[in-house]
Amino acid sequence: MNYTPSRYEGLVHYGTMRLWFISLFLPVLLAGCGEVWNNPYPHEDSGQNTLYSVFEERPKHLDPARSYSSNEVEFTGQIYEPPLQYHFLKRPYTLEPLTTAGLPVVRYWSSDGHELSPEAPAYAIARTTYDISIKPGIRYQPHPAFAVEESGQPRYLGLNEQGLASINTLGDFVYTGTRELTAEDYIYEIKRLASPRLNSPIFGLMSEYIDGLDELNRQLVVVAKSLPRDAWLDLRPYEFPGAKATGRYSFRITLKTHYPQFIYWLAMPFFAPVPWEAERFYTQPGMAERNLNLDWFPVGTGPFMLSENDPNRRMVMARNPNFHGENYPTEGEIEDSKKGLLTDAGKSLPLIDRAVFTLEKEEIPQWNKFLQGYYDASGISSDNFDQAVQFSPEGEADLTSEMKEKGIRLVTAVTTSSSYMGFNMKDPVVGHPGGESARKLRQAISIAVDYEEYISIFLNGRGIPAQGVLPPGIFGYKDDFNSVVYTSPGKRRSIEEARRLLAEAGYPNGRSAKTGEPLVLYFDTSATGPDAKSRLDWLIKQFSKLDIQLVIRATDYNRFQDKMLQGNAQIFQWGWNADYPDPENFLFLLYGPNAKAGRNGENAANYTNPEFDRLFVQMKGMANGQQRQEIIDRMTLMLREDAPWLFGFHPKAFSLQHAWMGNVKPNLMANNTLKYRRIDFLQRERKRADWNKPVFWPFVVSLLLLVAIVWPAWRQYRKQEEARA
Amino acid sequence: MIRYFLRRVLYAFPILVGVNLITFFLFFVVNTPDNMARIHLGVKHVTPEAIQQWKAEHGYDRPLFLNRERSGFDSVTDTLFVDRSQKLFSFDFGKADDGRDIARDIKTRMWPSLAIALPAFIVGLMVNITFALLIIFYRGTRLEYAGVVGLIALMSISGLFYIIAGQYFIAKLWQWLPISGFGEGINAYRFILLPVLVSVVSGIGSGARWYRTIFLEEIGKDYVRTARAKGLSELRVLFRHVLKNGMIPVLTGAVVVLPLLFTGSLVTESFFGIPGLGSYTIDAIRSQDFAIVQAMVFLGSVLYIIGLLLTDISYTLVDPRVKLS
Repeated sequence: MNYTPSRYEGLVHYGTMRLWFISLFLPVLLAGCGEVWNNPYPHEDSGQNTLYSVFEERPKHLDPARSYSSNEVEFTGQIYEPPLQYHFLKRPYTLEPLTTAGLPVVRYWSSDGHELSPEAPAYAIARTTYDISIKPGIRYQPHPAFAVEESGQPRYLGLNEQGLASINTLGDFVYTGTRELTAEDYIYEIKRLASPRLNSPIFGLMSEYIDGLDELNRQLVVVAKSLPRDAWLDLRPYEFPGAKATGRYSFRITLKTHYPQFIYWLAMPFFAPVPWEAERFYTQPGMAERNLNLDWFPVGTGPFMLSENDPNRRMVMARNPNFHGENYPTEGEIEDSKKGLLTDAGKSLPLIDRAVFTLEKEEIPQWNKFLQGYYDASGISSDNFDQAVQFSPEGEADLTSEMKEKGIRLVTAVTTSSSYMGFNMKDPVVGHPGGESARKLRQAISIAVDYEEYISIFLNGRGIPAQGVLPPGIFGYKDDFNSVVYTSPGKRRSIEEARRLLAEAGYPNGRSAKTGEPLVLYFDTSATGPDAKSRLDWLIKQFSKLDIQLVIRATDYNRFQDKMLQGNAQIFQWGWNADYPDPENFLFLLYGPNAKAGRNGENAANYTNPEFDRLFVQMKGMANGQQRQEIIDRMTLMLREDAPWLFGFHPKAFSLQHAWMGNVKPNLMANNTLKYRRIDFLQRERKRADWNKPVFWPFVVSLLLLVAIVWPAWRQYRKQEEARA
Repeated sequence: MIRYFLRRVLYAFPILVGVNLITFFLFFVVNTPDNMARIHLGVKHVTPEAIQQWKAEHGYDRPLFLNRERSGFDSVTDTLFVDRSQKLFSFDFGKADDGRDIARDIKTRMWPSLAIALPAFIVGLMVNITFALLIIFYRGTRLEYAGVVGLIALMSISGLFYIIAGQYFIAKLWQWLPISGFGEGINAYRFILLPVLVSVVSGIGSGARWYRTIFLEEIGKDYVRTARAKGLSELRVLFRHVLKNGMIPVLTGAVVVLPLLFTGSLVTESFFGIPGLGSYTIDAIRSQDFAIVQAMVFLGSVLYIIGLLLTDISYTLVDPRVKLS
C-alpha cells in the first residue's frame, strides 16, 4: 500500500487546527446569543424587581439565638421580627413597635414587691418588668414544619432516613403550612438563649439581668445530658420567672435589676420569636445530615424568607407571602424629603420582591461587577478608592467623573464605632502602678501619635479623630475637643509639649532619668502582612518623635487574646461597634468591674477609677437629659486626663449606590432595612445593556495573532518535510 | 494483584495515622479549644461558662492525647485524638464547628471543583504535550528558541497575574464572560470557561518544559532512529512513537494528581467565586474549624495514596514489561 505521510498528515494537522480554533471560540459564540454576554445571572432573572448584593463570608449561624455577626444579622434581620425596631429615618435613633401594639410598658419594683415610680433611684429598684403585647393575626412564613394532614396531625412528623430519601433541601418538601404568632413563641426564644445546645453569645450577659435565666440554664444542662445528643430538647415545660406569657398575645419579661438599656435588646433578633414546631421538625433523624436545621433554614414572620440557601455560592431572600404588612414611614428628618427618602411614604412594604446575595470573597471581581451594574451597591476598598472618590480643596469627599457619568451616588456616615489604642493599666510602666509619671507618659504619647495623619494615609480620609470614647450619633457625644491633646479643634499640641510631659514623667529625651536607659515600650498586635507592616512602621515613627523605642510584639490572634485575658499586653489596638445607641454601651468599656484581665470583661485597658465607676453606675440608670449629659461630660473629662486610651478615630463608612437604587439612608442600628429599598429594575436593565456590550475587535486580533504564530511554524514544517523528501 | 493491593492498603494505614497525628499536633500547637470557642462565639460578651459549654457541646472538653483521669489503656483511648481518628478512619467526618454535616458539604462542593479542575487538567495536559512535541519538532531552529523563551516567560509569571489579567481583559474590558461566580446545570459553562482558560495558560510554561525534557530523552533512542529510517514523517514519529514511549514519566506526574482534582484549587476557586472544596478548606483554616481541616487533610492523603496506586496500575497498561507484584 502506498502511503504519502507528509501530505496526508499536513491535512490532518490543518484540520485539527481548525477544530481547535472552533472549539475554543464556540462557547464564547454561543454565549453571545443574548445581548449581554457577561451577565452572571440566569436570563430568566432579567427584568425582575430584585436587589443584587454580596456577602463576603459564609454566615455561620442564622439561628436568632446564635447569630451576632453583622454578616449573619444581615439575613436574620429581614426574616425574624423582634418586638421592636428602629425607625428607618428618624435621628437620634428611635425605637418603635414592630410586632407589638405599642412600646413595652416598663414598671419598677422594690425588693418587697411594691411598684416604684419611674423616677425611682436605681439602687431602690430590685426588679423591672416589661409588659409586651403583640398584634394578633401575624403569621409565620410558609414552612413544612407547620404542614398538617386533613386530620390535623403534623404531616412531616416521625420522619426517618427512608422518608427523607428524596429530600435534599427544604424546598423538596411538597407541603407547607403556617400558624399565628403567639406570645409563647417569644417566651420559647428567650428560653432558647439559656439552652446548652445553642451556646447563645448573649446568654452570659442576659443571665445577669433576666430573672432565673441562669437557673434555667443549669436545669437544661442536666436535662440535655440525659437526652440523646440529637434529640429535641423541648423547652416548653420549663417555666422560669424571667419570661411568662400573660395571655395569647401578651407576655412579661422580668429583670432582676435595673437595666434601662434592655429595651434596645428587644430590637435585636435574639428576642425574635421561634416556633417550637420548627425545632421539633429539624431535630428529626436525617435532618442534620442534610444540613436542614434552624441555623440554615430560618422560620420567621418578617417581610422576607430565605428561599434559597447555598452559603457557598448565593443566598436568595424572597417576599414572605404571609407577611403581616407594614407601610413605609411617613415622617423623618427635615432633609429626608428633599433627598427623596419620603417618596414612597405610606407604601406597602417590602418594595422589592427578591434579594440575591452572592458570595464574593475577592475585591476585584466584586468591584468590577458593581461597575458593570450586576451589584446595586458597593463599599469602597483602599485599592479602588482613588478610582471612585476625590477630595475637593476644602476636604469634601466627592465622586470622580467616571462614577458620576454612571450616575453612581456616594453615601457617607460616621459609624457608631470607636477604634482606639489602649494602655494596659495593670502595667508598671504605662498603667496605674506607674502613678502620675505613667499618666504623663500616656498624655505625651497621646499628643505624639498623630491620628489625623493616620486617617489621611491609611484610611483615605475615611474617619474622624476621636475626642473621647463616644462616637457621633450616641447620646452624650459632644463636638468639642480633647484639651489634653489639642489646643483648638484640629490643632494638636506640639511635640515640644509632649516632650516636656515626657520629661516630667521621668523620661527626658526618651531616657529614664534614674538609670539613663532608653524607654522601650511594647505594642502587642495580631496584625501581620504588608498592610500591617506599613501601619506598624508608622506607629514606631510616631513614638520615635519622643525618642521612645516601640517594639512590636506580633503574634497570632489566639495568643493575642490570651495575652489580653491575662493582662500581659502593654499597648494594644482595639475597637468597639455599638450594640445599641446608648452611652452605656461605650462607657462600660472603661468600667472597673468590667476589666478584661481576671474578669473576662470588655474593659481591655483594665482601667480602674472609683469615681468614674460611681458616675457610670449613676449614668447607666438615667434617662437621656441634661443631668445625664453633665455626668457623661465629667466622665469624659476624667478619661481625657487619665488617658487610658489614645482615643483614635471613628471610622467613616463610604458606600456607593447605583442610580436605580432608592431609599438608602445609613442606619447604623437597624438591621432590617432591606424592606425599605426600592429598585428601578427597568433602568437597571437598560444600563446593564449599555455598559456591557461585548467588544469584538479582540477576536480579530486573536485570529491574526494565531496566524502570525502558526504561519512561520507551518513554513518551517513544510521546509523540513521538503528537505526530508 | 490482590496481594499487591492489600499490601498497599496496609502501607497506607500507618501513613494516614501519621498524617492525622501531624495534623492534630500542628493544629493544637497554634490553637487551643478555648480559642476555637472564642472564635465561634464571637468577640463580644463571651463568658468562661459559655466557652466551657461550647467545648462540651463540640467534644473539645476532653484531653487531646493523654487522659490523666483514666488509667491504663483508657488514658490513651479516652482522648479527643483517638475519638476523632476512629471516626475519620470509618469516613465519618462528623459535623463542622458551625453544625454543618461535613460529608454532605464535601459531596456538594466536589462537583464545582471537578467542573474546573477536570477540564483544566485534560486540556492542559493536551496543550502541554502538544507544545512540548512541537518544540521538539522544531528543535535547532529559531522557533525552538522562541518557544523555550516563551515558556520560560510564561513560567516566570505569578499564577495570580494570569487570574487578574484574565478577569481584566476577558471579563472586564472585552466583556465576553462573567468575571466570577458559578451557575447551575448547563448555565455553569459560562463560569467555567475563564478559570479553565486561565489554569491552562498559567500551566503551559512549566508543563510544556517538563514534557519537553521527557521527550528529548526519548528522541535519541534507537526505536526513534528506526522509525525515521522506515520513512515515517517526523510528526508521526513524535506523536505516535515518542509520545507512547514517553508516557511512563508523563503518567507519573499526571495520574497521581487525578484524584486530587476533587479537592480543587485554593486560589482559583477563591478568585472566581467557585463554591468548591478548595475554598472550603481555606475557609476552614481561616475560621479554625478543626473538624473540616482534619477531614480535608485526611481526604487529601487518601486521594494521594489512591493516585499513587492508580499510577502503578497505569504503568502496567502502558508498559507490558511492568508487573504488579
